Amino acid sequence: MSNEKIQAGLEKYNASVEKATAKFPERPNLPEQRLYTPLDIKDTDYADEIGFPGMYPYTRGVQPTMYRGRFWTMRMYAGFSTAAESNKRYRYLIESGATGLSCAFDLPTQIGYDSDDPISEGEVGKVGVAIDSLADMEVLFDQIDLGKVSTSMTINAPASVLLAMYIAVAEKQGVPADQLKGTIQNDILKEYAARGTYIFPPRPSMRLITNIFEYCSKNVPKWNTISISGYHIREAGSTASQEIAFTIADGIAYCEAAIKAGLHIDDFAGRLSFFWNAHNNVLEEVAKFRASRRVWAKVMKERFHAEKPKSMMLRVHTQTAGSMLTAQQPNNNIVRVALQTAAAVMGGTQSLHTNSRDEALALPTEESVMIALRTQQIVAYESGLADVIDPLAGSYYVEALTNKIEKEAWEYIKKIDEIGGAVAAIEKGYIQKEIQDSAYKWQMDVESGAKTIVGVNKFQIEEEPPKGLLKVDASVGVAQCKRLAEMKAKRDNDAVKAALADLKKACQDENENLMPHILNAVRTYATLGEICGVMREVFGEYEAHVNL
Amino acid sequence: MAKVRVLVAKPGLDGHDRGAKVVARALRDAGFEVIYTGLRQTPEQIAEAALQEDVDVVAMSILSGAHPHLFPKVVNLIREKGMDDVLIIGGGVIPETDIPALKEAGIAEVFTPGTPTGDIVDFIKANVK
Amino acid sequence: MDIVEELLKGNRLALSRAITAIENEYDEAMDIMKKLYPHTGHAFVLGITGPPGAGKSTLTDKLARAYRAQGKTVGIIAIDPTSPFTGGAILGDRIRMNGLTMDEGVFIRSMGTRGSLGGLSHKTADAVKAMDAFGKDIIFVETVGVGQSEVDIVKAADTTMVVLIPGMGDDIQAIKAGILEIGDVFTINKADHDGADKLVREMNMMLDLDGLMTDWRPPIQKVIASQNEGITETIENIEKHFKYISENGILTKRRTERSKNEMLDVLHSNIGSYITNKLVETGKMDEYVEQIKARETDPYTVVSNVMKDMLK
Repeated sequence: MSNEKIQAGLEKYNASVEKATAKFPERPNLPEQRLYTPLDIKDTDYADEIGFPGMYPYTRGVQPTMYRGRFWTMRMYAGFSTAAESNKRYRYLIESGATGLSCAFDLPTQIGYDSDDPISEGEVGKVGVAIDSLADMEVLFDQIDLGKVSTSMTINAPASVLLAMYIAVAEKQGVPADQLKGTIQNDILKEYAARGTYIFPPRPSMRLITNIFEYCSKNVPKWNTISISGYHIREAGSTASQEIAFTIADGIAYCEAAIKAGLHIDDFAGRLSFFWNAHNNVLEEVAKFRASRRVWAKVMKERFHAEKPKSMMLRVHTQTAGSMLTAQQPNNNIVRVALQTAAAVMGGTQSLHTNSRDEALALPTEESVMIALRTQQIVAYESGLADVIDPLAGSYYVEALTNKIEKEAWEYIKKIDEIGGAVAAIEKGYIQKEIQDSAYKWQMDVESGAKTIVGVNKFQIEEEPPKGLLKVDASVGVAQCKRLAEMKAKRDNDAVKAALADLKKACQDENENLMPHILNAVRTYATLGEICGVMREVFGEYEAHVNL
Repeated sequence: MAKVRVLVAKPGLDGHDRGAKVVARALRDAGFEVIYTGLRQTPEQIAEAALQEDVDVVAMSILSGAHPHLFPKVVNLIREKGMDDVLIIGGGVIPETDIPALKEAGIAEVFTPGTPTGDIVDFIKANVK
Repeated sequence: MDIVEELLKGNRLALSRAITAIENEYDEAMDIMKKLYPHTGHAFVLGITGPPGAGKSTLTDKLARAYRAQGKTVGIIAIDPTSPFTGGAILGDRIRMNGLTMDEGVFIRSMGTRGSLGGLSHKTADAVKAMDAFGKDIIFVETVGVGQSEVDIVKAADTTMVVLIPGMGDDIQAIKAGILEIGDVFTINKADHDGADKLVREMNMMLDLDGLMTDWRPPIQKVIASQNEGITETIENIEKHFKYISENGILTKRRTERSKNEMLDVLHSNIGSYITNKLVETGKMDEYVEQIKARETDPYTVVSNVMKDMLK
């Protein structure tokens, strides 16, 4: 059918709609365009813009066979209380069919404080596992073969220290570093913009990150050295387009920093990975995944002149949207997570964490985690969504939406370039302000009823408080401090002192790669707080930019 | 011409300030003067800021689960400074079962996820001294 | 709590409550100020102003730390605009000074403009006095922008510092024109950004052309507040200026002028409210308004008559 004929048909249709809506108006607050036709994608060149899986610009996915080869990695984020407790949960997950581990650390660990620091009071073991030294890391991975499992660690500001501990545990297990598989989040820019667990100012932080890139490319080649995260930007309230735009802008900043440090784009770009949020609007999310791959491929090819295909592939881990879980009628969250899972799978994710129904209330129980994992397995094995590659390609709507999100992302990237890049945009508070404005708008839309959240602003019921929530006992902190004190009494404190002095010197020399020095300190059982303390002393601390 | 002054604070270490910021803006739009302290404030810092700013309300948000420890600590420090009439409220990821103990400790009201900001505004208007 | 007695003893809550009384125009404020006044006149008052985003709070934070290191006690009044639509305000300066909160030698108070331009400068001056009586050695008054209200506020200062940053585009032209007279000391913050040297040159040129020039040539200092660079030099500039105005009798002149303004302010506001209240109480207010609206009389005649009646 020619475009003229379609146009004529569309006009006829629109006329009929006008009549119909005069009598029966449509629901309020809908997107303006009600129907998509071939006219909406008439300018989209299939070969250039959509293409084929495993081929530039990777709109349809980064692997040629996608889930027909093997499913995505079902990776459940877990960790709480002590290393011993979390080790039990990890082994339970592996036995239940999880194919990768994902470590959650408590906040003192994420901000580089030991459990006995006064500022850690009340936080030890709460949102993740408390790690003070190599001794805790040994317990965390006890009886887990680091040569076989792939481990993702949600750790950013002190990522270098936790990675060093992981390498040191592997050494003790007899697993060489070049066999280690996994990911550290290591994405400091989104910490400044959205997640808040930063320590050092941008410049030394970027140095630590490029040090890791360089060290791993030589010594831990299978390790994903960064997971450039839009997840938390979205959680902080951004839109889908902002999520990928700000994250890709961060990615550009990391590449520029690494190139400035003397690395070649193709030496590290293949180890960059991304982290997206799977939000409520299924089709918008699918389009977001597709658009993000296209934008990144173009950035790598056109801006950085990458040559290796691997450098141009946006590989992504996904987590379902935590902020969309409701405390009201928590079982409804099972359904939300199932739809979000469907979106991530149709979007072509490489790995996925599904949230548990009770996470708006507390850390998930074992039973809730099982339902969340089963959700992935049902989508994988029963739904048929994983049987054909990029099944929504060619949908007028999804293709048009992919184009729209891509366009909006480019506009933001351009704007951020004008400001002077992601670091400058964060220092000026630009990115934070954009996110906050979107978050405020979302909240006002929910409160005005323009947006409906089932159980929250519609279909509410009187509920009994939920029972059987997981609680981390306050005694965990006390026990962990005791463990730490015992460890400190046993270790060779002179060796610790010497290693920390050596690290301090290395910090002061900008041309020195810090990784070997950190590894050295970790092996002496220097604590995370001691190591970060040395770096704090030399680097200073970041002061947040808040502009409400 | 008195105005309701509110200190919006994030005690503890969690960096999830979406809720705190949304609430801060909503309180401003309701005509209050809002002092936002930012992340990682110790209970001592929050109490001292409340004193220097002579606020009528202290609103805290915690998503890490550290509320049973930190909320009561802030209440005690504020009362120790002689500010008996400051209204202290809290919010975040807080299990229903924890709420009675928090109220017992002097938290006037606890707002859990999904609370419309209008409810918080109304509560403050009705209870501020 | 006897606010005055406690304040003079060093009770921080009393100071806080005194400022609230001033800000909210409580009846007891006048009484408090009467009693505090004899204890004022010791503090050095530094006004800090400049456009939004210039990094004034960060700079204030660093300057305060430097003064603390010299053993001086510090009071900070940070003023942010009140929304004219909702009457609310986000008072966001404190967040950049969080590190000072636990220092007992520092007291920070955030204030909203609350839509009262004249009233604000009067309230700020009183809050400064409360901190002065409390015993603060140095009091910072930090305000956004360089509009008329800010000019009034910085009149309460002994030395006024204007903070600018590079890269502000055309806005700077208008701003620069308005600040030449009020700046005793200029600071170019974020001096590591492009255009800092150009801004310094432009400022120098404008100061050279300025006809108002006295013996004091305002110094211009490049600063990177976030990295603590240029802070020592800035303090030297402030001290030089203070020395200059002290030695040339300018300080005495400024303070005399200020005393006069303060008295007139109090006078105007008290007479104003006295008369207004009387008119409302007697119902004459509505009567006059109706007559003016109907063109039976005019505001000028009304005021003349009111004055004749009430101020005999």
